[in-house]
Amino acid sequence: MNASSEVSRIAQRAALATPDKVKRNLRGLSERTITWVFIAPTILLLLALNIFPLIWTIYLSFTNFKANRASRGTDWVGLDNYRSVLSDGDIWQSMQVTAHFVIWSIGIEVLLGFALALLIDKRFRGHSLWTTVILLPMMLSPAVVGTFWTFLFQPQTGLFNYMAAFVSGLDASSFQMIGDVPLAPWAIVLVDAWMWTPYVMLICLAGLRSIPASLYEAAEVDRASPWRQFWTVTLPLVLPFLMLAVLFRAIENFKMFDMVNLLTSGGPGSTTEVVSITLKREAFEKWRTGYSSALAIILFVTVFGAANIYVKALNAVKNR
Amino acid sequence: MSAPTVAHSVVEPTRWTKRIAGTIVVCYALLSMVPLLWIVLTGFKTPTDSIAYPPKIAFEPSLEGYVNVFTTRSRQTPEYIATLPPAGSWYDELVRSRNMVIAGPSKFAQRYVNSLVIGFGSTALAVLLGVLAAYAFSRFRVPLRDDLLFFILSTRMMPPIAVAIPIYLMYRQLGLSDTWLGMILLYTAVNVSLAVWLLKGFIDEIPREYEEAAMVDGYTRFQAFWKVVLPQASTGIAATAIFCLIFAWNEYAFAVLLTSGEAQTAPPFIPIIIGEGGQDWPAVAAGTTLFLIPIVVFTVLLRRHLLRGITFGALRR
Repeated sequence: MNASSEVSRIAQRAALATPDKVKRNLRGLSERTITWVFIAPTILLLLALNIFPLIWTIYLSFTNFKANRASRGTDWVGLDNYRSVLSDGDIWQSMQVTAHFVIWSIGIEVLLGFALALLIDKRFRGHSLWTTVILLPMMLSPAVVGTFWTFLFQPQTGLFNYMAAFVSGLDASSFQMIGDVPLAPWAIVLVDAWMWTPYVMLICLAGLRSIPASLYEAAEVDRASPWRQFWTVTLPLVLPFLMLAVLFRAIENFKMFDMVNLLTSGGPGSTTEVVSITLKREAFEKWRTGYSSALAIILFVTVFGAANIYVKALNAVKNR
Repeated sequence: MSAPTVAHSVVEPTRWTKRIAGTIVVCYALLSMVPLLWIVLTGFKTPTDSIAYPPKIAFEPSLEGYVNVFTTRSRQTPEYIATLPPAGSWYDELVRSRNMVIAGPSKFAQRYVNSLVIGFGSTALAVLLGVLAAYAFSRFRVPLRDDLLFFILSTRMMPPIAVAIPIYLMYRQLGLSDTWLGMILLYTAVNVSLAVWLLKGFIDEIPREYEEAAMVDGYTRFQAFWKVVLPQASTGIAATAIFCLIFAWNEYAFAVLLTSGEAQTAPPFIPIIIGEGGQDWPAVAAGTTLFLIPIVVFTVLLRRHLLRGITFGALRR
């Protein structure tokens, strides 16, 4: 004990006598060194596993390379791949399927999620427990969700058919959610809405809770009807949060692969073939590497543009 | 954004409003739980009961699904089975009652172990890299800080299939395809963006004065980080780790494209569990149940931080 206090007294005296510059070096690494030592591993990893592959994809998209025949020579084909992607009717078909999926699933999620958030914000007894229960589906693996919904959608014997028949009075074997051409696009919308309504709900709830009570008090003083309060206070203040949720879901659903691949794998025919499934088929089944690289780049540019807006929106919401 | 949850004093909902709101929300919650509960129930059915019509709610519980998910079986004649020594265990007996014998363990246990190893490995790595980078972004003047942060986030937005082609080619060259290390590195790269953004939010909330006080007391910057900031950020680190773990646990696209045997995780495996004459639904349901249990536990643990996690730290409660 004595010895250590003696040591620290000496250290203190030494510290007082040391010039500032030496002191800074003695205190360990300089801040700038620490900054780079701390950030570099993350950046390097992302360069190796994201940027390098991306650049490679860009290169491949200008060639006629085929990954299953790598030994065959590779020719530079210029913009040919992009030209054939953009003039391919199947690609536009799958873009339409994707648009249908994105628009309807998000529409339903916004309506249901916002409604649920409004109800939960009434703070009935046990609301936090039930909120946790409602949130569960969005935490699950989309692949596993796709798998067990195929079971619920089984023709004739599935629980979904049974319940739908019970409610609607139709015959349970008269329709197949994932086998009938008109129904399959709605099956993927339904499962996505089941899974992601909680997401929109949670973000809307945060929006509702950020509204200061004083605004409602002021509205109350002005004798605004609840209807009017909703349109002039609640909705405008929740809107940025809602936009954030919509944008994020749009990005995620635009690149949706796992759930749809396991639920319908694009079928029947190509009625639910969203664009990521087309991409997988071109790249890993038909092995048209150059062509699929061009498609991948087109997708990436789209998502990247949306991500740019997303980050701006994030910051706007954050700085409010 | 950490708005205090103020009670709407003037506009406290009436008791009836609360009751009606509560009823609707509970109905939705119960309805949305039906698919999950159904899959858990199906895990305890026999294959015949699992596809009965009308769907059976009352049935004789059986562990056949769980036995089937862990074993491979072969069909034998009753005469052959009669010649075997008596069944050594309840599961032998169960399988023999279906005129089959257990041929060996299935790959499910191995896939589950792969999921655990790759999940925990990539989580540990992502959180380690993330906490270092987040600290630097939070405390130091980093040139082009906002651009770097945006770059880190934007990598998360890439469609996995779009980068899967070159990663597939690259991994084949490096001998990383279908290995634990390859998948751990890949999932780390995906998760590190989330880790940086989330942890930066948590570290921003720790007052700088704590470290400055520690450094006045003679700690180096690194010691202050290690002994002052990290313990303060432990809740945030735990929440971030769980988010990374859930992502790695749930990931399917990379797993199905880049792994086939050795390092395949559970999500690509569960959908292809088949029995005689098609999908063995009780076994799929049993596998699904075992796979989902950790997620349910984590969701309950995480419930306070969910909002942060799904918005990359932009929204807090």
